[in-house]
Amino acid sequence: MRHTTKLVALAATVALVVAGCAKKEEPGGAAASDELCADKSGAGPKIGLAYDIGGRGDKSFNDLAAAGVKKALDDLDATCEEAEAAQEEPDSAKEERLRTLAEAGFNPIIGVGFVYTEEVVKVAKEYPDVKFAVVDGFGEGPNVTNLVFSVEQGSFLVGVAAGLKTKTKKVGFIGGVRGPIIDPFAAGYKAGVAAVDPAITVDMKWLSDKGDAKAFANPAGGKTAATALYDAGSDVVFHASGLSGGGLFDVAATKPDGTWAIGVDADQYQTATPEQQKRILTSSLKKVDVAVFDYVKAFKDGTTKAGFDLYDIKRDGVGYSTSGGHLDDVSSKIDEYKAKLVSGELTAPSKL
Amino acid sequence: MGKLDLRRIGLALAAPVLAIVVALVITCLILLAAGSSVSGFLSTIFSAPAERNVINILNNASILYLSGLAAAIGFRMNLFNIGVEGQYQVAVFTAAVFAAQGWLPGPVNVVVSIVLAMVVGAVWASIAGVLKVTRGVSEVISTIMLNAIAGSLTAYLLRKVGVSTGSNLATEEIPQDSWVPGIPLLPGAPNELLGLALLAVLAGIGYAVLLNRLKFGFNLRATGTSASAAVASGIDVRRMVVVSLMISGSIAGLIGLPLLFGSSHSYGTTFQAGIGFAGIAVALLGRNNPVGIAFGALLFSYLAEQSNLLEINARVSPDIVAISQGVIVLAVVIAYEVVRRYRNALEQRQVAAQLSSSAPAEATSEATR
Repeated sequence: MRHTTKLVALAATVALVVAGCAKKEEPGGAAASDELCADKSGAGPKIGLAYDIGGRGDKSFNDLAAAGVKKALDDLDATCEEAEAAQEEPDSAKEERLRTLAEAGFNPIIGVGFVYTEEVVKVAKEYPDVKFAVVDGFGEGPNVTNLVFSVEQGSFLVGVAAGLKTKTKKVGFIGGVRGPIIDPFAAGYKAGVAAVDPAITVDMKWLSDKGDAKAFANPAGGKTAATALYDAGSDVVFHASGLSGGGLFDVAATKPDGTWAIGVDADQYQTATPEQQKRILTSSLKKVDVAVFDYVKAFKDGTTKAGFDLYDIKRDGVGYSTSGGHLDDVSSKIDEYKAKLVSGELTAPSKL
Repeated sequence: MGKLDLRRIGLALAAPVLAIVVALVITCLILLAAGSSVSGFLSTIFSAPAERNVINILNNASILYLSGLAAAIGFRMNLFNIGVEGQYQVAVFTAAVFAAQGWLPGPVNVVVSIVLAMVVGAVWASIAGVLKVTRGVSEVISTIMLNAIAGSLTAYLLRKVGVSTGSNLATEEIPQDSWVPGIPLLPGAPNELLGLALLAVLAGIGYAVLLNRLKFGFNLRATGTSASAAVASGIDVRRMVVVSLMISGSIAGLIGLPLLFGSSHSYGTTFQAGIGFAGIAVALLGRNNPVGIAFGALLFSYLAEQSNLLEINARVSPDIVAISQGVIVLAVVIAYEVVRRYRNALEQRQVAAQLSSSAPAEATSEATR
């Protein structure tokens, strides 16, 4: 009996502690990781942002979306709220995230990543007065806009840059996962290299069989692949593998002059270390920030269109970066190819 | 006697309740350390879920329950089947490809696909079983390896047979007449209970009957308790290992089916992963008991659903919920051990008390003899 009392006493203590720590809250409840959406004073659009796993901090895709929203906060007096997917969550959790944002009065709501496509289509039907956008999406609905990019065109141009810069007549490519997400990068790159000189070989390395952490959050794997490619004679390597590309830049930084790495999505020169910057030739740009900002602006003006909103080379929605000035000697030639892509004289393939 | 039974029930409930309370306290401390709002966390977690959330909780719980059962069968036999993850992926992929062909009409297609998924899951699990009994390979190692192989194999085959829509790569869609309609459980919710969630109920009943009513279940539990004693009483332990892993694998084969036939209608790159690992935790939480596992599945599903609101309503990172789920599992293991020791001590004292009260009488009767 004595022990039962002890057990009850323990339980009571624990309950008190719970109650105690419930009360001990700082006023306002400072959020853990939120700075982007902290200011709630704007009178413009209330943007709901739903990220895939990883969210902000990838120095690429998600950060670009956040940069677009940041611009909207500054220029359009917008406010925002962010939510991020959990590891291996059910699809219903994505739906629920979108519904929660819609219920909380956010409009427009932007799903960052194609994984939100089906969920956005479903939830958009339930909230016909809310506008939805999906970056890289492919969904249909009267209030759904897909922000899509001709990444093969940007990759074509960095392929041209690689073709013009290579001395060994051999260049490399590191892809996160084979399939519809990364194939356009690889295909465009390959075509761009071949456009300069069909005799140049392109070696390809793939990090994973599926679009998981091994593909897109695997700098160690990127390092191994980059080492293998450089050792096999490539002197320019382009990656389309999210955070795994950090491994490529690390390896490139240790290589001699004349060895190059090419970044993806964002201008990765801007976020690299000084040693890496010496080796980052260019980046294949995918201007998610521009697309997100344009979309919010269109929302504010009441001119959003359902369907596909294509950001291609004509609109300057994709392209290549010139930070660091490593391309100064060849940029006029690359721009010739760019003009041909714009005019339609050349087309970049999106399938391998 | 009545009092004793009450105490027994109290003790049975003490462990999980203790575990949850301890986990909550630890989570509170983590939130304080992270500088997040504790009251926001608690009020969001304990807010009454809306109707649509209730449906989500039930759907996800049914899937977790199947996964928990699959793991639990191995555990009862002292086999640590980590391979539920790989088994369900191979199985649901096969079922998705088969069902999409539409060789069979409507419901027959569904039934045959279910059987096929169970067979594939069983065959995949049997590899680990055969390796164990013929070559002594630990099932922990082999099932982990088989998970990696299953993941890569399905990804490779998906590239061969899949069709891409936008950036998604998936198997062909199952013909509409083979879709399993949802059950509109709550009229106010925009979503429905997955039709094949009922598989979880059937599997739960099957599990209870198998373990408690059939000779096979007795053999299985006996082998799990003491393999050498089982051999002595004439049980073919090697056969038991392979067969119980196959049963575990066949239930694992069911995991992906409610989603496949009720919601996604195809297996693609975004098909939910990780259910197999969550099932291990759920089985642990439920102490391999069919009712306990249901409780564990509901709790995990409830936490996951509520955590979704946390980031938006309380600005707490969803990682915190993942942490508290992990803490719950650890706390459960510890709490059960604490309660078990307490119960043992209690029983020992009772027996001692009974003995000491009857001992003087025995002593006198012996002295007179």
